[in-house]
Amino acid sequence: MIKILSSIGKYLVLLKSVFSPPEKVSIYYRQTLREMENHGLGSLGIIAIISLFVGAAITIQTNFNIENPWLPRYIIGVTVRDSLLLEFSSTMVGLVIAGKSGSSIASEIGMMRVTEQIDALEVMGISSPTYLILPKLIALIVFMPILCALSAAVGIIGGYAVCAIGDIVPVSDYVYGIQYAFYPYYLAYAMVKAAFYGFIISTVAGYFGFYVEGGAVQVGRSSTRAVVMSSILILMANLLLTNLILH
Amino acid sequence: MIEVKNIYKKFDDFYVLNDLSLVLDKGKCNVIIGESGSGKTVLMKSIVGLMSTDKGEIWYNDRNFTAMERKERQDLRKEMGMLFQGAALFDSLTIGENVMFPLNMFTDDPFEKKLERVNFCLERVGLRNVYKLMPSELSGGMKKRAAIARAISISPKYLFCDEPNSGLDPKTAIRIDNLIKEITDEYEITTVVNSHDMNSVLEIGDKVIYIYKGCKCWEGTKEEVLHTDNEALNNFVFATRMAQQIKISDS
Repeated sequence: MIKILSSIGKYLVLLKSVFSPPEKVSIYYRQTLREMENHGLGSLGIIAIISLFVGAAITIQTNFNIENPWLPRYIIGVTVRDSLLLEFSSTMVGLVIAGKSGSSIASEIGMMRVTEQIDALEVMGISSPTYLILPKLIALIVFMPILCALSAAVGIIGGYAVCAIGDIVPVSDYVYGIQYAFYPYYLAYAMVKAAFYGFIISTVAGYFGFYVEGGAVQVGRSSTRAVVMSSILILMANLLLTNLILH
Repeated sequence: MIEVKNIYKKFDDFYVLNDLSLVLDKGKCNVIIGESGSGKTVLMKSIVGLMSTDKGEIWYNDRNFTAMERKERQDLRKEMGMLFQGAALFDSLTIGENVMFPLNMFTDDPFEKKLERVNFCLERVGLRNVYKLMPSELSGGMKKRAAIARAISISPKYLFCDEPNSGLDPKTAIRIDNLIKEITDEYEITTVVNSHDMNSVLEIGDKVIYIYKGCKCWEGTKEEVLHTDNEALNNFVFATRMAQQIKISDS
């Protein structure tokens, strides 16, 4: 218990240091753009592929589960859209990015720690938590909602493709369904959740990398722990945010 | 001048630094020697603020480093350069970008001026045509020289070198030593070198401080270090068979 409290304390102290004023804004700006390229643009492909198949699978499963002939066929489109927007796109993007970028952030910062590069930054008079974590934090907070919206869009396209190819639901019904009773608020809700997940991934992975001690084995372990902890926190945050925003 | 006043540092119940006081002279090459585990690296990390001490004070001229806020420390650190054991070059940047890094962070000079400074520093440490190379493409000695170039790029007042010769062959080690000494004299930097390499001590040590079990055990010049009657220091200095034979033949 004491260890957990101590870890939370260290995490909060690190978080405070992350938000100390940058030494030179132009350098941080460039660094943030680089991180957006790494963690945002670099993830577009994998998010699109996963979302396409998930959207297609949800469509097939929804069709399989709706057997009542009195229910209109367009309800499948409505269900696919709302499932993706309310839950799948944001949480799925969160978990995928936790695995991809979370491990990359933790191992990058961890290697810098064990090779004394973080000490070198400190001796130069640079706030290492700010320099290393803040650009990643901003990049993920900005890009996660974009990835989430993309995921929902591609998922819907996946469903459309299944309808067109597999003859599951008439395409016209599916298209009518995805437009039926659309609340833009759902999209905003998904994007807020995704931004929050971006915060969790960057800071938790940054924490595990920043405080690593030892050598390459410990860096690997801390990278794994960063992914596990980020995933757990994302699922907990999902429950909390859903309760807070939708109730 | 850097003054260390009665500092203590313990890990669990073991005192690594135990009431240690010393003065590091301005514009000179101060070499701290001692066995592995004697507290040299902890002392150096405490002096630059990478490690906090349990008790005691560290003064940079009339500025109490231990009592400073984080921001004040960061400002003072802009006057420091440090050469780490493993060079600690940023492996995602080229050598040129590494040397330019402190200039980018702390100056508003145009790129051409910074480039001129980078080329001068690289030239000064004897590195040519390495601007676009990555640190992984350099040998150990070249990495150390590139790290020295990075350390001197913002003209520091204080230069700290943690075991600059570790992992280097004797010839390259002497080259690095000479470079440190030349830079110290040329720019009147207060240099602090951690070492257990006696060659290095005799090569560059204007002032030699021997640390033993977390305390200052001896202090003197490089000339005096071979002729002292301090038993602990003698055991350290003449630990190798070669040094013992030289001592016997001298006597």
